Amino acid sequence: MSDTLSRTPLFALHVELGGRIVPFAGWEMPVQYTGIIEEHMAVRKTAGFFDVSHMGEARVRGRDAAKFLDGIMTNEMATIKVGMARYTVMCQPDGGCVDDLIVYRLAEEEFLICLNASNAPKDIAWMRAHIGAHQVEVLDECAAWAQLALQGPLAEKILALVTSTPLAPIKRFGFVLGEVAGAAGCIISRTGYTGSPGFEIYLPAASAEKVARALLAAGKPHGLVPAGLGARDSLRLEANYPLYGHEISERISPIQAGLGWTVKFAKSEFIGREALHRQAQGGPSSSVVLFSLDDRRIARQGAVVFSGETPVGEVLSGTQSPILGKPIGTALVAAGHAASGTLTVDIRGNRIPLLLATEPFVK
Amino acid sequence: MSNVPADLHYTKDHEWIKVAADGTAVIGITDHAQAALGDVTFVDLPKVGASFNHGDVFGTVESVKAASDLYSPISCEVLEANSGLNNSPDLVNREPYGGAWMIKVKVKNPAELASLLDAAGYAATL
Repeated sequence: MSDTLSRTPLFALHVELGGRIVPFAGWEMPVQYTGIIEEHMAVRKTAGFFDVSHMGEARVRGRDAAKFLDGIMTNEMATIKVGMARYTVMCQPDGGCVDDLIVYRLAEEEFLICLNASNAPKDIAWMRAHIGAHQVEVLDECAAWAQLALQGPLAEKILALVTSTPLAPIKRFGFVLGEVAGAAGCIISRTGYTGSPGFEIYLPAASAEKVARALLAAGKPHGLVPAGLGARDSLRLEANYPLYGHEISERISPIQAGLGWTVKFAKSEFIGREALHRQAQGGPSSSVVLFSLDDRRIARQGAVVFSGETPVGEVLSGTQSPILGKPIGTALVAAGHAASGTLTVDIRGNRIPLLLATEPFVK
Repeated sequence: MSNVPADLHYTKDHEWIKVAADGTAVIGITDHAQAALGDVTFVDLPKVGASFNHGDVFGTVESVKAASDLYSPISCEVLEANSGLNNSPDLVNREPYGGAWMIKVKVKNPAELASLLDAAGYAATL
């Protein structure tokens, strides 16, 4: 790992927009512009613009591309239609997560995979190490692509102002290749990480600033604001989307994380299948729960969860939910306690009852 | 840049204290502190009558991003806690030197004030 932090093609724009820059996953990224709550609410009510160019991309192509991916991913890859994307996890033999990813099928024998920023080099090395006899190549395209997210109920209306590409035909988790603000070769995808409708746009890094400025200018009259990583985190937590290193990690499997729907045991053999199957059959030793608190204090990562006087788990993520106006979070809780109505969390010496949620706080 | 009013004393931990002629004082956090914290969601303040020594933790200010302890700039006894922050913790972001004062105290040892920073001294730490 290098000590120098990377910058996205939009770094200068973030500074110009008043973004507060912080180190994140090896990148210098804006955590907020005007304030996390305001940016969060803009995404829920109008629209927010995110630079997510720190995310990595790998292209996998070749005659055996689908078969190769099915051998390393938990979800089914061969059945993804061209023009569609699918969320999946890539697991270790013990079921721990190497990463969670979105796989875009560009053609029968060609896929683009979105990788978490901090995991990108590890992911690419992992994929290459498992090529074996497959007729496939894994290309590192992290530097070639910028990635923007336009999220919120007005995202489609705003994007339509700067693209000639028809957006209505793009289904949820579908994508098209098209032009945005005159920049050719963009992937426009109806995906997101906020729990609000919207798009993610993959575009050539050299076009990022031009497209970003066009989007921000077109969206401003409609309430579009630039939003930072702080709002991205509170938005994804309200929607109960996992964040690598928190709800999933090398020690927390997709079964534990409640992502069993991404693990397709019926398909062919894949890395981690046996361990994940054991967990799914016998129940994992611990699992991730979503909670809110009737309190003003936020339970943050590492806070200890108790059942009576017994420590039974720890908080994985915690923030203030702007929509609920109260703290929310996730915790990893030992088997047998995950459905308990009597869990508490220790916040600076205070025991606060965990109110377990069975559904995301936004849908 | 941060606003650092000239008529206050400061700590390196970003609290301010305004001392009145009657031996009472008001304590809050600085503009720099609120900007660094971001959106404040909760301020946990002590009860009336609580006593603190210079440097003791007297409360917590919680933002979306982090919880930070509040340190008493001087030895004091709490006369009043700002109940307005219960319903409007965001006052800390909007009026760090005004409506978002945190506690009103009786100063126990006025000599301690000499150890605090003046506005120029505090501004130099930012």
